[in-house]
Amino acid sequence: MTDDRNAAVHAREARHERARMLGLALPALAVIGAAVVVPILWVLYLSVLDVQGHFTLGNYLVLATEGANLSVIVTTLKVSLLVTVVSVVIGYPLTYLLAQLPPSLATICMLGILLPYMTSVLVRTYAWMVLLGRRGIVNTMLVWLGITDAPLQLMFNTTATVIGMVHVMVPLLALPLYATMRAIDHGFLRAAASLGAGPVATFWRVYFPLSLPGLSAGTFLIFVTSLGFFITPTVLGGGRVTMIGQQIATAIATYDGFGVATALGVGLLAATAILLGFAMRVLRLDLMRAP
Amino acid sequence: MSVAEMSTRGVAVEIAHVSKSYGRVVALDDMSLSIRPGEFVTLLGPSGSGKTTLLMILGGFVRPTTGDITFDGRAVVRLPPHKRNIGVVFQSYALFPNMDVAANVAFPLRLRRLPAPEIARRVAAALDLVRLGGYGARQVHELSGGQSQRVALARAIVFEPDILLMDEPLSALDKKLREQMQVEIRRLHDALGLTTIYVTHDQREALTMSDRVAVIAGGRLRQFAAPRELYERPADAFVADFVGESTLLPVARMGAGVALQGQALRHDGPVPDAAALVLVLRPEKLTFAAPGANADDINHLPGTLRGIVFQGETVLYQVALGDGGEVTVRDLSRNEPQHAGLFPGAAVTVALHRRDTLVLPA
Repeated sequence: MTDDRNAAVHAREARHERARMLGLALPALAVIGAAVVVPILWVLYLSVLDVQGHFTLGNYLVLATEGANLSVIVTTLKVSLLVTVVSVVIGYPLTYLLAQLPPSLATICMLGILLPYMTSVLVRTYAWMVLLGRRGIVNTMLVWLGITDAPLQLMFNTTATVIGMVHVMVPLLALPLYATMRAIDHGFLRAAASLGAGPVATFWRVYFPLSLPGLSAGTFLIFVTSLGFFITPTVLGGGRVTMIGQQIATAIATYDGFGVATALGVGLLAATAILLGFAMRVLRLDLMRAP
Repeated sequence: MSVAEMSTRGVAVEIAHVSKSYGRVVALDDMSLSIRPGEFVTLLGPSGSGKTTLLMILGGFVRPTTGDITFDGRAVVRLPPHKRNIGVVFQSYALFPNMDVAANVAFPLRLRRLPAPEIARRVAAALDLVRLGGYGARQVHELSGGQSQRVALARAIVFEPDILLMDEPLSALDKKLREQMQVEIRRLHDALGLTTIYVTHDQREALTMSDRVAVIAGGRLRQFAAPRELYERPADAFVADFVGESTLLPVARMGAGVALQGQALRHDGPVPDAAALVLVLRPEKLTFAAPGANADDINHLPGTLRGIVFQGETVLYQVALGDGGEVTVRDLSRNEPQHAGLFPGAAVTVALHRRDTLVLPA
């Protein structure tokens, strides 16, 4: 039958097409495999080896029994959360302002926000030391204005660490949030006004919910990126704020082999995955939702 | 709500000398309209005519440069939109995507802090009114264009506004649905008695739905009249051309009357006092006459049949008159004997009754 012969031809064509599509995806899959999947599996593998290269869960025992390691994970999560919250509190109104400006002016302002992101981490961090020190500009101003009698302790603590991190994290919120806010149709705001909503009601009931996809994307980016900070907490925390990156460096220097260091990494990965999974479920954040 | 439950007050709208300029561009030029309580008025004009600007000014979204607007004698021109108590149906519908259908319709009621059972009752009634009962739990993105339109309409009337504004609400729908919605919107208007101001560029839609039509072009009001009058007695050549199909041919003054290509025309009424004049020829007012026929009430225009277009229920005949100038004759597609001699190239005589001989300022 001619029809049957054609069906076979079409089925073969469809198979070939799928194969060609897979071929096109191969380079991307290879890069992700080599850069993401293999290293994570390698770290997992190293975390269950002892110094002699035998299987052991001893590294995780160290992780669980040494209080310092747990407190570092807690500090890491706490600092990252704080950075995320402060970045949102500062970044949301800032981005909202940008989204109301004429596009050309907004682009210039956006470059200003992005500037710290393009500055060397060391320059940025030491600049904050100059600003936040006992004789730094901030304390000099506070005393001169009579807001405080004596200089505040702004350096070498969580405050300094969070300030230094927020500085570079705000752009990570501003970029996706700006894109989302620009895409919000002003027709919605007009409709809300015509239905009796004043400016405040229009913002909270219509604008803010519509900006949530950008806000959740930025929040997610900031939180995950904050977890891996190393130089900023080391310099601005002055030894009082130990995040996981620093602890991993210490573990490599202290113990033989990579066992404990990799176990720390796996611990952080697991804690992050659980926390974000929980947050996405409870807050119903959908990162992939189109604005 | 049953229709009877909704208050059926209409509000009189007075637009007095409203102008709007953007820099040096004049979008609206000294517009004045008096709209009666409960009237269905359409602002009709080509794109860029200023009709949407006027609607946005009525809604409070755009501030006029000069002029005054009152609703039942109450000055509203300085009130922000949320204090005007107007329902607006936008061209894009503007249904909130973060709410389901019921929440969209409930939105204006929640803002007015009505008790929850009252809100639920009114939302259900408004959805029934637009024939979408039971759609409350649907998400906005699940709706078809026609359904979105109805939800937008329900949301705009559920809080019993003084006035309903509609900005080309049907332009995104296909022809059949559009015609169906025209009838439904008009039915709803008649039931509620709401003063309704409707913007469209579709002249047929304007004629179908309105009590009166305001034709706007270049920011100016050209004519404000009932559909029949607009069609039969257009104020000028622009209105004649824009409303309905027509061919405009320049005519010259001859004595007390006018002449087309040297042929004196029989027509009723005085010749307009204007430098240039045109003759308006509507396709359905033209017929064919036997060659050489003569009658006191009829103008006979000789010409040559150029082409025939079959359109289903009607047939268009394109006729070239003596010295250039092509007119269209529309006839129902019946197989009548007098049409037997109609073929491309045939010499024909187009007949125009004197009462349909419309001479206007160009």
